[in-house]
Amino acid sequence: MLHVTALIILLPLVGFAVQLFFGRRLADPLAGAVATIFVAASFVVAVGVFVDLLGVHAAVRSFTQVLWTWLPVGGLHVDIGFTVDPLSMTMVLFVTGISALIHLYSISYMRGDKDFPKFFLYLNLFVASMLILVLADNLLLTFVGWEGVGTCSYWLISFWFTRDSAASAGKKAFVYNRIGDAGFLVAMFLTFEKVGSLNYSVIFSHLHEIGSGNITAIALLLFVGAVGKSAQIPLFPWLADAMEGPTPVSALIHAATMVTAGVYLMCRINPLLHAAPDASLTVASVGAATALVAGTIAATQQDIKKVLAFSTVSQLGYMMLAVGTGAYEAAIFLMIAHAFYKGLLFLGAGSVIHGLHDNQDLKRMGNLRRYMKLTFWTFLVATLAIAAVPPLVGFWAKGDVLDAAYARYPVLWVVGIIAALFTAYYITRLTALAFFGEDRWRDHRPHGVGSDVAGGHDAAAGPPHESPWPMTVPLVVLAACAFFGGVLSLPWYAKGTLLQWVDPVFGANLYNAHQSAGMLWTLGVVDAVVAVIGVTVAYRIWATRSEHPQLEPAFLQKAWYINEAFDFAIGRPGTRLAAFTATVVDNRVIDGAVNGVAALVRGTGGALRRVQSGYVRNYALAITVGIVALLGFMVTRLWWS
Amino acid sequence: MSHTPFPFLTVLVLLPAAGAVVVAAVPRERVARWFHEALGVTVAMATLALAVTIAVRFKVADAGYQMTSNHVWAKVLGIHWFLGIDGISLFLVLMAAVLFPIALLGARARRDPRSFVAWVLLLEAACLGSFVSLDLVLFFLFFELTLVPAYFVIGGWGSARRGYAAIKFFVYTFAGSAFLLVGIIAVAFIHQAQTGVLTFELPALMHTHLSGTAGVVLFLAFTSAFAVKAPIFPFHTWSPDAYAEAPAGGSALIAGVMAKLGTYGIIRFDLNLFPQATHTLAPLMLTLGVIGILYGAVVACAQRDLKRVVAYSSLAQMGFILLGTFALTTQGLTGGVIMMLNHGLIIAALFLLIGWIVERRKTDKVSGLKGLQAPAPILAGVFTLVMLASIGVPGLNGFIGEFLVLSGTFLTHRWWAVVATGGVVIAAIYLLWAYQQVFHGTPTEEDTKTRDLVWHERLVIAPLVIFIVFLGVYPKPVLDRITPSVDRLVARVDRADGTRQPAVALSHHSRPGAGNAATRTTAATSTNAATTRAGGTYTGVTAVMFAFAPADGVTAGTTPTGTFSGGGTR
Repeated sequence: MLHVTALIILLPLVGFAVQLFFGRRLADPLAGAVATIFVAASFVVAVGVFVDLLGVHAAVRSFTQVLWTWLPVGGLHVDIGFTVDPLSMTMVLFVTGISALIHLYSISYMRGDKDFPKFFLYLNLFVASMLILVLADNLLLTFVGWEGVGTCSYWLISFWFTRDSAASAGKKAFVYNRIGDAGFLVAMFLTFEKVGSLNYSVIFSHLHEIGSGNITAIALLLFVGAVGKSAQIPLFPWLADAMEGPTPVSALIHAATMVTAGVYLMCRINPLLHAAPDASLTVASVGAATALVAGTIAATQQDIKKVLAFSTVSQLGYMMLAVGTGAYEAAIFLMIAHAFYKGLLFLGAGSVIHGLHDNQDLKRMGNLRRYMKLTFWTFLVATLAIAAVPPLVGFWAKGDVLDAAYARYPVLWVVGIIAALFTAYYITRLTALAFFGEDRWRDHRPHGVGSDVAGGHDAAAGPPHESPWPMTVPLVVLAACAFFGGVLSLPWYAKGTLLQWVDPVFGANLYNAHQSAGMLWTLGVVDAVVAVIGVTVAYRIWATRSEHPQLEPAFLQKAWYINEAFDFAIGRPGTRLAAFTATVVDNRVIDGAVNGVAALVRGTGGALRRVQSGYVRNYALAITVGIVALLGFMVTRLWWS
Repeated sequence: MSHTPFPFLTVLVLLPAAGAVVVAAVPRERVARWFHEALGVTVAMATLALAVTIAVRFKVADAGYQMTSNHVWAKVLGIHWFLGIDGISLFLVLMAAVLFPIALLGARARRDPRSFVAWVLLLEAACLGSFVSLDLVLFFLFFELTLVPAYFVIGGWGSARRGYAAIKFFVYTFAGSAFLLVGIIAVAFIHQAQTGVLTFELPALMHTHLSGTAGVVLFLAFTSAFAVKAPIFPFHTWSPDAYAEAPAGGSALIAGVMAKLGTYGIIRFDLNLFPQATHTLAPLMLTLGVIGILYGAVVACAQRDLKRVVAYSSLAQMGFILLGTFALTTQGLTGGVIMMLNHGLIIAALFLLIGWIVERRKTDKVSGLKGLQAPAPILAGVFTLVMLASIGVPGLNGFIGEFLVLSGTFLTHRWWAVVATGGVVIAAIYLLWAYQQVFHGTPTEEDTKTRDLVWHERLVIAPLVIFIVFLGVYPKPVLDRITPSVDRLVARVDRADGTRQPAVALSHHSRPGAGNAATRTTAATSTNAATTRAGGTYTGVTAVMFAFAPADGVTAGTTPTGTFSGGGTR
């Protein structure tokens, strides 16, 4: 099966082509079913490749398939080549798996939308791009997937393009990512200069030739790219706006997969990070700070999807903390765990929004556990999972991250623990507001803040209703994963954890804290206590009353005024600069000089003008006649000679 | 002269010229209304067929001029009808041959199609002639000849301010050319003083010895003509007016093909004739390139009609080409050349699309258009794709050139490349902004009546879309043909200055002192296995691929191959 690795990417790509040419004819809902089948098939192939890869001895478990030579220019030689190793395989499995579930969910969620086939067109292309990103055997090809997922994200955020806010949010996401991409590009230039190749294996085997300063620079520049893609400080505001997209998009792209690309990239370049401790510390610090800052913001948001968006930012911060610590396995574990519970939270939120006829305002929800039982129970599982209540997956995953941080950067561990408290608090607040308390939605019937679905769903009155099966099946599957996901990395296996199969990719670069069992128990208890405190406090506060203005300061609601800061520092001066350059510099100075010279020539050349006709038209005709005569002469000479 | 090979290039140039004459000569009253256009398209298609034949017969690894034809034209003056094609000009010829029929089909003249078609064909002849001329006077004639049809196309079929735009365009570019003519004559005379032979042949004049100052002065004389034509900051102010006022087909051809004469002229003549001055003035030219990139992008942000946005984006793209050229590395210059091709395809597509919008709505002001994606999804889809190519999204052609230019520049002029990378960010801002204004939002009633692309428009734009995607995914056939000529040119420029481009830029077999590719590859493989991670999960799979770097044409490398890393040796 290893030789069909490319098929994993090809299947969603073919799905994309099918949607492109036949999507409108297939129409709603068949187009969605077809798209889902292609992604599911990709998952099946991935499982096959995975099984084959398990059969390879662990020490040499890496396989590269080169399709064709992409850029051969002098010393630069870049292939379209894909590598399966435990790291990329893990990513492929969870990307295709989650994607298949969310495709299925979308068939029902997007039902009736007038651009139904187009949604799946983008979604299929997204999956293909994400798989290119993950499987690429060189930096440049990773960048292809990187930009591909970014572009699909742009399309999907502004999917309901008639809404100005959606259109702007799409553009914003693209531009913020582009800032990070500039870092990615420069990193590649530097790598090529120092190594003469962009291939991962070549880069890693020539590290000693690069010099530690350059290694640090390359790692940090790539991290700039990761900061954009994985919405870290300061480039995170786009992710909150990205919630303008349909909810399945938020679940798939802006929670489970695309935003983790930055974390994946950092794991992929682990030899660079290992050789650059300064860069590692930077990654860890930015990650920890992001985890905390985004956690505080999430604690005050009123839009259900905004809470989840900032929660995602915070969780990505944890993953970066793990990466910076060198605990790559923990980062991957948290990434998978997060895909389970955050995907579940978003799909649950979508179910709620769907059930409440496009209401996203937490303050106009309440008591939904009575009306949407399945959604409530699965949502509750996700809540406890992300809050890191044992024995759910979040407890194990976040615990691994924090344990490593405690050993290597104790200060960052403290930040992480505080962020963990916020995590338990904000997610319980959300659940309490949505599913407990009174039926606040009765008083506010029509649309709430930023209605989610533009076309299709008519907001017919009626009590909230449970969603149809294509929406609930993914909920149940993800809930099971979020509950039992911990088995991937329980600390008590004799021969190491299941997830340890990715370890050979990192080898000696993997940070090993050598913590005693007692220490691990202590840290685990601390994590659990913090989680329980957060949950209890939030439940006490929010389950009964929905208004606590003192707990929702404007500073946090406005996300630390980061948008305003960007606008003040870049947006407005930039606009002024553009206007000034266009009107004054270009029109008056440069063009003015040109016209001035022309006028000067006209003035002094008065005498000359009398001799010649002075009309450009005549010059032009004269040139034509002259050159045609010359060419005619030429042709006669050819014939004559 | 008994066994003369078929004069492909001569026919290539004379065919559209003859077509222009014939079209102009057939009186309007005698034939059907569509006759002139049909004839024009036929001639343009025949030219395209010839260009494709040339491309097929082009020898891949040959860095020199191919299919040359050289005839003494005016013996006393030393002027030759000297044509030849190499990897640098091949794809400009192909691009021109593709774009002319597309423009004729996609943007038909509203009035007097006979004159329009005749001028367009004359423009094609002049552009093709410029690209394949190896005699400086011949080049100059073709170079100047482009002005005339371009002037008449802008002035005759343009929009409201066409008169102003046409005259400004003509006078400005004409003024630049005066320096070029003086420069050409000066070089020839210096060469004559040194060798006693008066000639304008480029290969001969390349051996002229020029003092440092003379070289710089002549370089500047040549460059002033090219800088206006391209246009390069700060000589660009004719272009927004010309592009905005010209009819859609005119903008597509002037910006897509004719403007390339500027950057092509720099590469072909400046670098070959004045290698030392090229090195001396490289920092200046690179700086102008970077300024152009940022300046064009910033000014584009403030434009309020689509054509002007595209015009300024074009200025930024020209900056990239300039940057790649004066980086003087294989990657940079190859990137510059392929960017000329890519930019031609992209900007022609953009102007055609905008032309179709204007045809439907009588405006290209963003304030007058809204939500077009709803009534015209295919138009929006194609526009998006071309826009993304222009932004430089990988997988599409624009990225290839941009990446090669920037990575090549980084090798020799790191900070210029870093600053220019900032232009990549701004390009996303103005293009996405323009797209949002026009295609997103709630359409007004008038907007909802906007017709989507009709079938013949889809057919016209389809080839451009295919090229944009294909060149992004599989540029190898193009790169394999460009790189040898570029390598030779860079080596020549470096030799004059006694410098050498960084070793990483060179392909392994041409690296100095490195033995051969095999030793390096083995070394890479073994260190790989030894140093990477405990288990050595990776080995130099690609290092092996490294050794395999022949210029193997179109088909090679397409067979999927898989390799186990390290498995065999253990």
